[in-house]
Amino acid sequence: MKSKSRTLMMQRLALHAALTPLAIIWLFPLWMMFVFSTMPDYGIFSPDIVLWPSTNFVENFKNLQADTNFLRAMFISITVAVIYTVLSVMLTSMAGWALARYRFAGRSMVIAIILGTITLPFAVVVIPQFIMVAREFKLANTWVALIVPPLFNSLGVLFMRQSFSMMPTELFDAARVEGVKEWRIFLHIALPLARPTMAALSIILFLASWNNYLWPLLINSRPGMMTAPVALGTLIGLTKVSWGGIMAGAVLLTAPILFVFIFLQRHFISGIAAGAIK
Amino acid sequence: MPLRNRIAYAFLAPYLLIFATFWLWPIINSFLISFQNTRVNPWRFSLTVNWGRLVADPAFYNALYNTLIILVIQVPVMIALATVMAVLLNSPLLKARPLYRFAFFAPVVVGEVAYAAVFRLMFSIDFGIINKLIGSVGLPPVSWFDNGTAAMALVIIAVTWRWAGYNAIIILAGLQSIPGDVYEAATLDRVGKVQQFFHITLPLLKPIILFCVVLSVIGTMQLFTEPFLITNRGGPGGATETLGLLLYRQGFTSLNFGYASAIAYTIAALAVAISLLNLFIGREAK
Repeated sequence: MKSKSRTLMMQRLALHAALTPLAIIWLFPLWMMFVFSTMPDYGIFSPDIVLWPSTNFVENFKNLQADTNFLRAMFISITVAVIYTVLSVMLTSMAGWALARYRFAGRSMVIAIILGTITLPFAVVVIPQFIMVAREFKLANTWVALIVPPLFNSLGVLFMRQSFSMMPTELFDAARVEGVKEWRIFLHIALPLARPTMAALSIILFLASWNNYLWPLLINSRPGMMTAPVALGTLIGLTKVSWGGIMAGAVLLTAPILFVFIFLQRHFISGIAAGAIK
Repeated sequence: MPLRNRIAYAFLAPYLLIFATFWLWPIINSFLISFQNTRVNPWRFSLTVNWGRLVADPAFYNALYNTLIILVIQVPVMIALATVMAVLLNSPLLKARPLYRFAFFAPVVVGEVAYAAVFRLMFSIDFGIINKLIGSVGLPPVSWFDNGTAAMALVIIAVTWRWAGYNAIIILAGLQSIPGDVYEAATLDRVGKVQQFFHITLPLLKPIILFCVVLSVIGTMQLFTEPFLITNRGGPGGATETLGLLLYRQGFTSLNFGYASAIAYTIAALAVAISLLNLFIGREAK
């Protein structure tokens, strides 16, 4: 018995000895992002190794605001992410409900289309999407251009569909017997029950919109209409730019999401893992 | 399930409308545009102007080569690392589990631009913290941005940091669906932990790992932000230019939409082909 607990001890020790250095390496870039954001530029570009934060964050942020209107860009990013999330959850839960709860002509084709597009890279539609939105609809540098084209989301529909199909049928049948209209059944019975799934989906959608880079970079390149990642991206690679400022921007983009992540880790993870469960 | 055509399509309509407008039509249109000479005004149909150029373009082969190199090195390394992370995180012996989970999963929520900026700064040649640390153990600094091989390694390191945790989450979900009594039986039969991993865990995880590989292949085929922002537009001298970056340059710097569409279709075709090949190999090995 004693030797068994000793081998268990050794195993536990080996496990932590393997994981701890890996975890430190993995946290290092995030820690350095924070450290750099608090250092003046001459500190960042000095030959000393500095691993501890300084006190220059506010100064760095002022430099960032002078280099690009970052507050405006943050405002655009937040607004777009909120509207996008609400619209996308509405669209995907309606579609998921139809696929989970009704038989209709063309149902298997719609499902096949959704599954098929999961593996299609965005690259294949980006050129015509840009031509259509920017040249034909003349919507470049608008809110609509940021929000509407990315609304198509196949994983979200599958996620919602799964949630609706796991609900007991009797629930809806009873309401139907009493003559309740289908849209009321959806709105007042099904949606409240799907709340946990909608929460997980919202988090993933908000994150996707908040971090989206390529599409906003292409479609909204005018300074006053850039999202925060795009605005920050324009500074990377410039020769005369405050790197402390860029890092302050990176922290402002990352910290709120990390903060939410700490508290809602389970929702994040179930949203991401849902991609794996067909 | 009741048969209700009208009601079902009423619920589906907004979603399908977005799909038709922003995906279905562009997918068709992309194919059509790839047969247009878009360097003349108005555009003119030409069967060969873009596709002919593609098969003879050294820039295309360079981007294809770089993308495949990243694919062949980065994807296996990352998936192996993610599997190790997931298995270790799943161990009942682990203390302070939330802390370790946070360390590995946090990069998943960090935006591409924010992390690209940090990596660019950390790896900068003269004053980057990485070269300072390398120097502190007496090794010469690495020219991360001037040396093609080092720049490629940097892109691979960055992508691995960003995405290993994402795959670990998916693999961990798979691990947790393996019933515990399988391992109990193995332990009773005195099968060692390492053997359990190779003979029980890996075979059961295979479908999930294949799924991760397919997702990673699709991601790598259109890799854009890292070579765009970290190694400065695919530098040095195109050494880290990927297909995604070539598409961006042709489409949105040169505004040659026809050629860019041909590149886009090549990316999609390769992504689908490599994914199918993976699934096929996965099935064969059974």
